[in-house]
Amino acid sequence: MPVNSMTAKEVAKKVVNKESFFILDVRNEDAFQDWKVEGENVQYLNIPYFDLLDGVEEILPQLPQDKEVLVVCAKEGSSIMVADMLSEEGMTVSYLQGGMKAWSEHLDPVKVGDLKDGGELYQFVRIGKGCLSYMVVSNGEAALIDATRMTEVYMDFAQEIGAKITHVFDTHLHADHISGGRKIAETTNATYWLPPKDAQEVTFDYQPLEEGQDVTIGNTTINIQPLYSPGHTIGSTSFIVDDTYLLSGDILFIDSIGRPDLAGLAEDWVGDLRDTLYTRYKELSDDLIVLPAHFMIMEELNEDGSVSEKLGTLFEKNHGLNIEDETTFREMVTGNLPPQPNAYQEIRETNMGKINPDEEKQREMEIGPNRCAVR
Amino acid sequence: MNADKVLDAKGFACPMPIVKTKKAMNELETGQVLEIHATDKGAKADLTAWAKSGGHDLVNQAEEDDVLKFWIKKG
Repeated sequence: MPVNSMTAKEVAKKVVNKESFFILDVRNEDAFQDWKVEGENVQYLNIPYFDLLDGVEEILPQLPQDKEVLVVCAKEGSSIMVADMLSEEGMTVSYLQGGMKAWSEHLDPVKVGDLKDGGELYQFVRIGKGCLSYMVVSNGEAALIDATRMTEVYMDFAQEIGAKITHVFDTHLHADHISGGRKIAETTNATYWLPPKDAQEVTFDYQPLEEGQDVTIGNTTINIQPLYSPGHTIGSTSFIVDDTYLLSGDILFIDSIGRPDLAGLAEDWVGDLRDTLYTRYKELSDDLIVLPAHFMIMEELNEDGSVSEKLGTLFEKNHGLNIEDETTFREMVTGNLPPQPNAYQEIRETNMGKINPDEEKQREMEIGPNRCAVR
Repeated sequence: MNADKVLDAKGFACPMPIVKTKKAMNELETGQVLEIHATDKGAKADLTAWAKSGGHDLVNQAEEDDVLKFWIKKG
């Protein structure tokens, strides 16, 4: 039986389409427990590859005969070995090309909508890590928001649709992933904007992003209005695009809210978070479509693989927006914090320009889920 | 640290460091120590977990000039 190789793009499509398949994850148990390919209709078996060196006969009864079996490991080497062994036993199996590294880096652009005076808004879904970034396009110009370090994907995409990247924004100083913003801005001669309160320690020049400073993309067609919304970080800034979309950064997600502790003390910023969510956002139109910088669970994905919801719906359904009592809110946010993202301090220092790890090291630092939310 | 055998697995990617370690370990007696040199970063977590699951004792590890070194006592 041949061994098939499956790309991260193909696996992402299966997950979005809620297809049913089986994953044999051959990484060690800690790695599997920490982070895996998630899917609503995915079944799993985790056996480290080093326990299979003497043969795979023992696990054959645990593998389904009527379902596609995908073997997954960190980089792909071990999954190919195990897939070959299964193949020799007569099974048809696939392995994930590039392993969890490729899964972590895979980006899919999804069109979120058309803008009023022409132009489009695209969401780039990094399904493996749950990161969302955005491209606003109008009249041959493009703006990027919260770009990941896979910078070629955005630059190639802009070229394909015939747009020049002129503005690059980060809603805040990220702690879960390495920003590609600075590199893209340098390569394309675009302006790189950062909230100054998050950028006090950065080692490079940037354009300070402040409330009330509208940025226009294309021929006066699209306004990007920054909205100061502290809480996840002290500088966190949201954007209202085309009076229709609220890019909420790491402040508000679909099924959770931002955690306030990754750049300081939770106790210090929980009040800001409360104020942003319960006062500043409350004053905005219920019809705004919220586009966050992360998702945490596959249930947050829409049918087309995008992540978005009306602000009014979130005020009804998101638990984090429905805690009347401030003390209860404070306890929920500060007493309920999940583990921090992998290497988050080093990631922050990289985003400040203080350290410059090579690509291999950057990959390693980003391993695992984003963990920017509290539920 | 004294080793009964040294395995050079530098330059090999996963799963080879473990495959070679297992093979080298088979040639040792219980209580003897195998010293492994590897450059694959994944070897750190994997050798630790492998030693544990195989009943061996990871007695020491070090990192020198990007080379990961491990000393595993056969259990």
